[in-house]
Amino acid sequence: MADPILSVRDLTVEFPTRHGILTALSGVSFDIMPGEVLGVVGESGAGKSMTGSAVIGLIDRPGRIAKGEIHLQGERIDNLPEERMRGVRGKRIGMIFQDPLTSLNPLYRISEQIVETIRTHLPLSKEAARAKAVGLLDRVGIPDAARRIDDYPHQFSGGMRQRVVIALALCAEPDLVIADEPTTALDVSVQAQIIDVMKELCAETGAAIMLITHDMGVIAETADRVAVMYAGRIAEIGPVRAVIKDAKHPYSAGLMGAIPRMSADLERLVQIPGAMPRLSAIPPGCPFNPRCPHVFDRCLTHRPAASEIEPGRRVACWLYPGVQEA
Amino acid sequence: MSDILLETRNLTRRFDVSAPWLNRKLEGKEKAYVKAVTDVSFSVRRGETFALVGESGSGKSTIARMIVGLLEPTAGDITFDGRSLVEGLRGREARRLRRRFQMIFQDPLASLNPRWRVTDIVAEPLRVFERRQGDRARRARVGELLTLVGLSPEDGAKFPHQFSGGQRQRIAIARALAARPDFIVCDEPTSALDVSVQAQILNLMKDLQAEFGLTYVFISHNLQVVRHMANQIGVLYLGRLAEVNDAEALFANPRHPYTRMLLEAVPDIEMTGRPRKRVEGEIPSPIDPPPGCPFHPRCPLANERCRVEVPPLLDGVACHAVHEGRA
Repeated sequence: MADPILSVRDLTVEFPTRHGILTALSGVSFDIMPGEVLGVVGESGAGKSMTGSAVIGLIDRPGRIAKGEIHLQGERIDNLPEERMRGVRGKRIGMIFQDPLTSLNPLYRISEQIVETIRTHLPLSKEAARAKAVGLLDRVGIPDAARRIDDYPHQFSGGMRQRVVIALALCAEPDLVIADEPTTALDVSVQAQIIDVMKELCAETGAAIMLITHDMGVIAETADRVAVMYAGRIAEIGPVRAVIKDAKHPYSAGLMGAIPRMSADLERLVQIPGAMPRLSAIPPGCPFNPRCPHVFDRCLTHRPAASEIEPGRRVACWLYPGVQEA
Repeated sequence: MSDILLETRNLTRRFDVSAPWLNRKLEGKEKAYVKAVTDVSFSVRRGETFALVGESGSGKSTIARMIVGLLEPTAGDITFDGRSLVEGLRGREARRLRRRFQMIFQDPLASLNPRWRVTDIVAEPLRVFERRQGDRARRARVGELLTLVGLSPEDGAKFPHQFSGGQRQRIAIARALAARPDFIVCDEPTSALDVSVQAQILNLMKDLQAEFGLTYVFISHNLQVVRHMANQIGVLYLGRLAEVNDAEALFANPRHPYTRMLLEAVPDIEMTGRPRKRVEGEIPSPIDPPPGCPFHPRCPLANERCRVEVPPLLDGVACHAVHEGRA
């Protein structure tokens, strides 16, 4: 088997506050293989964006990686000095964020921004970089790219801007793209186009994708494997079809049932009572125990770690034999 | 008693987005209007849910605001229980009609006063509409309402920021129910919520509808949510109704090319592996909508007639291709 592009082991992120240390991520481990799309889903506050930020070394102060290691193609990157990390971001890891307007500088033409990014990371002349930029914009589906490249960000629609951001993320030919809610700000009809473009381009360049979203539908369409996060931990990780059709963790099962379907005519949606705990009030034992329909004694006192229950499938739930304590 | 509770006829709303007068004179510019809503007619049956779906800029929120009276229509009429809401409605009768409808907004934090305790927020409609009610009776009623939406009466002493997003939306629902309305306009009530919380709120809204015989106008961009909630659906595109049909029929047999495109675009969570047609284009600007059928630049079936003539809504669908039997 090939070596993973990204390998995260036992990642723990803490925020020291006046009221003690808050653990935003705890014991998060996963691999992403070359060319693979790993979906990361969860509700607000689950820690999915935090995981993305930790990988690219952009955790807001005073947060810090307290434990664990992040390896990019075998090289450890979680302890790199800022100087060297800047060479990793953009070059080896491309980023796509939810709101394209915040990733583009409104005062510069698209051409200047892409050409600058390309020339920062690749040894190309201005002309060659511009030609490459036009080619990229054309590839992401911007009509009349050679002319539009000299427009400013506000002259594009939301969907077109997100295409520009995708071009920008891919311009230095990264090995990994981290896409944090790339389609959440877009209308459904545009969302489908953006997902298609992203998938195609990454397949072409062989880049792996870490796709962070709250939308299970987007994951189902795009990802190869999916990690379901809850309260800063991975509740379940496995092949996307298996997790969607046959969720093992009671939280992922509830999450799947809570989604209104187009086909099934259900009178009521599956309801998970309560809400995700705040970071300051994560219960002892399994963090999901106050909301879990299958809760028993052990859940209240012992915290389960995401452990392999089938090949390629890890679940953090005491219902399954062989689950380790965290 | 008629079966229809609310009806809109040729509802139209324009917004003036012209440059200031002097600039217009000096620069020779024309007055400019956004045609947010044009000629929208639909009727909502008593005790049912009528959903309006559309992408951003389709005019769905403008229609909601016109129904509850936050915006005045430029043209057209809205009738509620046989009475026009647009003309000649004043004084006591206006008050009597107005208390029968309420609105729930997308962002509960923006629609709840952060400086008021929950009790005062929920009691506000009672203070307005039931002025003779005493303090104690009012507080008892607030406790009842909070229990009804799944909170506890003790929560009344807290402030909105002490609640999660889903709980805040429950407070907004309790406030909407306070004056015992029979009609509620819900503008994207769950778009700001996580899926598991969304499921709680949708279930609650369905339960309340069954218990009190409420009629909903439900506005959303999310087709799955609409499928779950609605009896009837109107699909909006650039301020016009493209198609109106029973929910079941609309999903089983979408007729307008835009409806078909929307359904195609919904992610396939069942993972049936159905092949997807590629969706083309984006919604044009409502300041300068295309002539003829507003959908024609993106429509695979468009012909010469579509480019010049606006299709009327006939038999629930506004499309020349469908009318001519080409679709």
